[in-house]
Amino acid sequence: MTRAWLGWIVLALGMTCACARRAAAPAEAQPKAFGSAVVLVSGDKQAAGVGSALDQPVVVQVNDDKGTAVAGALVGFAGAGGVTFDPDHGLTGSDGQFSTNVSLGGIHGRYQIVAATRDASGKTAEIRIDEIALGYQETLGKQVSDIHCVRCHDSESTPQRVSNHDNLTAQAHAFTNGATLNAMSDADLAAIISHGGAALGKSAEMPPYGNTLTKPEMDALIGLLRALSDPPYRPQGTFNAGK
Amino acid sequence: MSLPKRVRSAWRYLFGDSASAFGTLSAVLLIVLAIVPAKDYFREWLGYQKQYLRLIHGRGDATSLSRRFQGGLQQIWMPELGVVDRCTTCHTALKEASLADVKTQPFRPHPAIPHKLTEFGCVICHRGQGAATTVEEAHSSTKSWEEPILPARFLEASCGQCHLDRPMGTPRLNQGRDALAQYGCVHCHTIKSPDGVVMNGTDAPPPLQHIADKTTREWIAAWLKNPQAYAGSATMPNFQLADDETRDISAFLIAQSAPYRTNTAPEPAPSQDATAVQEGTSLYGEAFCSSCHAVQNAAGMLVGGNLGPELTRAGSKVKIDWLADWLRDPKTYDPDTRMPHYRLGAKEVGLLIGFLSSKSDSDFLGTTQLAPATPAQIEHGKTLVIERGCANCHAINGVKKPENFAPELTLVGSRPLEKILFAPGVPHTLADYIGAKIRQPRSFGNALKMPQYTLASQQIDALETALLAQTQLAQTLPAALHIPRSAASNYRPAGKAGQLIDDMRCFSCHKIDGRGGDMAPELTWEGSSVQRAWLVGFLKNPNTLRPSLIRRMPKFGVTDAEANTLADYIMTVYQTPAFDQETLDSSRFTSADAEHGKELFYGKYACQSCHIVDPNKDKGYIGPTLTQVGARLTASWIFHWLKNAQSLRPGTLEPVWNMNDEDARAVTAFLVAQKNAPRKEVAQK
Repeated sequence: MTRAWLGWIVLALGMTCACARRAAAPAEAQPKAFGSAVVLVSGDKQAAGVGSALDQPVVVQVNDDKGTAVAGALVGFAGAGGVTFDPDHGLTGSDGQFSTNVSLGGIHGRYQIVAATRDASGKTAEIRIDEIALGYQETLGKQVSDIHCVRCHDSESTPQRVSNHDNLTAQAHAFTNGATLNAMSDADLAAIISHGGAALGKSAEMPPYGNTLTKPEMDALIGLLRALSDPPYRPQGTFNAGK
Repeated sequence: MSLPKRVRSAWRYLFGDSASAFGTLSAVLLIVLAIVPAKDYFREWLGYQKQYLRLIHGRGDATSLSRRFQGGLQQIWMPELGVVDRCTTCHTALKEASLADVKTQPFRPHPAIPHKLTEFGCVICHRGQGAATTVEEAHSSTKSWEEPILPARFLEASCGQCHLDRPMGTPRLNQGRDALAQYGCVHCHTIKSPDGVVMNGTDAPPPLQHIADKTTREWIAAWLKNPQAYAGSATMPNFQLADDETRDISAFLIAQSAPYRTNTAPEPAPSQDATAVQEGTSLYGEAFCSSCHAVQNAAGMLVGGNLGPELTRAGSKVKIDWLADWLRDPKTYDPDTRMPHYRLGAKEVGLLIGFLSSKSDSDFLGTTQLAPATPAQIEHGKTLVIERGCANCHAINGVKKPENFAPELTLVGSRPLEKILFAPGVPHTLADYIGAKIRQPRSFGNALKMPQYTLASQQIDALETALLAQTQLAQTLPAALHIPRSAASNYRPAGKAGQLIDDMRCFSCHKIDGRGGDMAPELTWEGSSVQRAWLVGFLKNPNTLRPSLIRRMPKFGVTDAEANTLADYIMTVYQTPAFDQETLDSSRFTSADAEHGKELFYGKYACQSCHIVDPNKDKGYIGPTLTQVGARLTASWIFHWLKNAQSLRPGTLEPVWNMNDEDARAVTAFLVAQKNAPRKEVAQK
């Protein structure tokens, strides 16, 4: 009897040790300094294919109470839905900034990632950053948009293409302009894409694409607008409402 | 002992008499029998179905959702595709668009795709094990599982099993297929498409039979050591050779080289003026060398195209006499080069040599010192060249192109994991294996021949996508399911004009009849489009039609006779059957027509958004400038272009306007009148 009890005790001790060893995290980077706020430097609202790495790293900066950058503060990144970070934590550099490469999850839509740091008292300061994963539909939409739309709808020029945005009398809406575009239904958008601006009492500078784009291409384009929209697009309707 | 006593009493209690024994046995039997329905009740998928019913219960459209819900095991069965998919058993809401706000799996609706679920099932695209009915077995990507789910970033690989064309919705697959051809993968690895066509390279690696005339042994050795140190954009991978290996390979390459001019010695290079580098720089710009070649600017950014090699350090590479000969006519050295034959004069050749010589980097060759080669070194160099498979890409005297040098990759997307030797630290999935192999080939063993590539992670993802498309399924699918690519065209224009088109390598940039590059406009119907007089002028002195274009047509310096020959050929042969030039008589346009056309141009159709007719007023920056369009295009072409440009030049940016005849006629009348528009005012001041 006593021997059996001894056996149980040994087993329990063994288990505790095993668990404890697992729970002991690998040596964490120790913060050399503390800040009280995390601010975004660059890399938010990027769009990339599902499961893919974003083109640009996400860069955040840790500031102290006076708003000066803090070097050597510990920053950790976290995100749900299969988002991965390379690296997911580390110390800020001499400029007070920390940069990480982000890969999005496997399902299209918006991902919110959180960058956090702790101040000397252990209180957490964090910032939430939105990124966008494009599914098939939005990827196709982006191809269509790159060919037919962005030259006028994007005011930024790139080495590959010169923007025509400022050459127009009417200011073409940016595709991220949720304030305007979210108020338009899918049918409204389809109408202006296929019939052009003139047919709907808007600027004739928007040509009709109804005979150029196919229906699936137009749907894909609208899907892209909805995905990029800022503030995020929430479809109208009653189906989400409770009984 | 008390224990047996207790057992004895329990036994007596349970089986003491026949009635107790019967009762006990019945109870045991009932419990045993209950296990079966209980096991059924607690099945994983049943739990998900109940969860789904709870999820839709509180929603506004619960009635219609539950009406469409089908309980029990669901299956999509397509024997001809080998599909037995039970995924819809748990993924109950794949077709319920109204659940777009649901973020939890397995209840998310499927995003919009061009295919019907019931026609393809799930596994053809997502892979995994379709017939399984537990989460683990259906998806599992644990170690050595043969049929794991395909990670989302490679999903386009599945499209590639049927789509041999370039669907617009699969940019990553297309990029990967291009990269396989562009980075020379296909020179060593045989990759067959499901239609049996073997992929060919598009990178045109230079022949090395005359290399000693072109460059020095020191340069070859330094280049072999690290091609990216010479040019960051070089597509040649790093073979990670030791110093004695680069010494011996360079010795052999110089030794095997034969002069490319067999009867005549190369003409000496024209004398250069060291102070004329500035003039050479402007000639480099004016000749639009940068349409194909890139040079790093002061900020370290590459400026220019990628059709030809990067020239940032060209001065450290080429011999002056060779360069002069090359600039005079590249075909003398390499008959298959993509570089056109410019008709450059001695002064221009001298200027360009001056410019290119200034593009040198003393650091690149700085440390390379080579003693004269010994016969043993040359012999060793040849052995290395054969071992490393240099002749897979390059033509080398005395070394034949090896066959089956590297493993065939036609079925790499279905390679069984049991046959794969994983390097330490690589997760045991096919996708991770392929990725690791491209990223760090030598991590699988130092003796491996595969070189080290310098690729961005996006490029590696694309390559993996293209390779994962090479599955057994793709090869065995019914041929009717394959979406064919556009057939490769071997079009060769005939006669004297054909020779000129070949001489100026028009196909490097222009597509005609399905053959050629896509850097410049397609010319298949060019004869129907332009006027002969304009064409002759343009060939002699190409001016820029599209203000926003960065890569432009160079001036080749063709003679009058050559321009006339080309123009005659283009005007006669490159005619579209879509319309007849005689259908529209431009001489019957009235000024009222033109006036009405002007109103339409600026009003109803707002063409000035993209085109410039009046340079003082219009700003449109996308399409060609139309200030002199009446002298450039034919009236019939403009008329039909306004109706349906895509049918004349598929893929053009001009939308299909579908203009009615009256409008199209009026706008044409306005445009043909734009012949001698005044020069831009800013230019006169």
